Amino acid sequence: MQGIDRRQFLKVAGLGGLVFASGLARGADTTSAQDEFFFVQLSDTHWGFRGAPNPDAAGTLPKAIAAVNALDPQPDFIVFTGDLTHTTDDPAERRKRMAQFRDLIGGLRTRQIRLMPGEHDASLDNGEAFKEFFGATHYSFDHKGVHFIALDNVSDPKGAIGDEQLQWLKSDLATQKPQARIVVLTHRPLFPLYPQWDWATKDGERAIAALMPHQNVTVFYGHIHQEHHFKTAHIEHHAARSLIFPQPAPGSVPKRAPVAWDPAHPYRGLGFRQIEAERDEYKLSELPVLKV
Amino acid sequence: MKRRAFLALLVASAAWADEPAPRVIPIKARKFEFTPSELELKLGEPVVLEFTTEDVHMGFDAPALGLHADIVPERVARVPFTPRKEGSFEFACDVFCGSGHEEMGGVIIVRA
Repeated sequence: MQGIDRRQFLKVAGLGGLVFASGLARGADTTSAQDEFFFVQLSDTHWGFRGAPNPDAAGTLPKAIAAVNALDPQPDFIVFTGDLTHTTDDPAERRKRMAQFRDLIGGLRTRQIRLMPGEHDASLDNGEAFKEFFGATHYSFDHKGVHFIALDNVSDPKGAIGDEQLQWLKSDLATQKPQARIVVLTHRPLFPLYPQWDWATKDGERAIAALMPHQNVTVFYGHIHQEHHFKTAHIEHHAARSLIFPQPAPGSVPKRAPVAWDPAHPYRGLGFRQIEAERDEYKLSELPVLKV
Repeated sequence: MKRRAFLALLVASAAWADEPAPRVIPIKARKFEFTPSELELKLGEPVVLEFTTEDVHMGFDAPALGLHADIVPERVARVPFTPRKEGSFEFACDVFCGSGHEEMGGVIIVRA
């Protein structure tokens, strides 16, 4: 495993965020110029959370939706990589939060929306409520030459993908050429980023092993509430920021706890990501909830 | 049994009899804390960590020490352990148990 030297990639973008250029291997089934597109990743909205780490918990997601709606042009589609809602022990309250979340994202101008669960949505009922509202917790789809795979590593409260889904993943990958462009969307990191804080997937190494024969695989995930870039062999893993509160860098503090809200810099550390799928690279732009 | 083998068995039995029984450390898990959450262990001293849960299914995971246990209601999960290196080692609940799960953890401190 290796970190990515961000100094090689980062530059200030004109949108108030940062751009990360992620190259593809030579010989990729690259899209033609007219097939270039972009999509948006939002993550960890934790709808229903209340607490000091975000005094505007009920207002942050609507602000993010407004920011996405202000993008011109609009993305081809939008993905939410889990923890749509904040967990609750009350099944009725969980469904209420999911219904409210569904209604809120109904205000997005882009109507093509892909959802997946986080442990807050799915771990206490094995994904039952999520499926009622939003459908399957793992699936794949194709978009303009890119094969997208959504993996569920949260419906098992132990944070595992499980044998059955791993078998499905292998069958799905068998339909793809070794040089195909593949994007994996998931909630937890597939690699053991910091297991001491439960920032890992129990059987993530089996998913990575299945992906290894494919030359052009990029993983976008959430869970850790901060931007993070990493490589396992040739596979890149990019964590997105949250839309509720940031978390500290892995292992940087004795105890994992949300980064405190800073009234002087509200919404700092929160945001969403724009991903441009270009001919031979992905360009990642990290965008704030509010433009400063 | 040959005389030499018999003597070896006697010596081994004596050594085994001299070894103290491992210290048992009971640890209770409940939403969203371990009690105690800080364990001080002596380098080389064998212990058995005994976990119970007072409510739902929990987990104990100390990846830097290679220790793990499923903590299931109405059962005792025993983790034998002899510390072989000094330092502070974090552990966490690795079975999602609700709002507050993220803060559920502790530390094992090993001193010489």
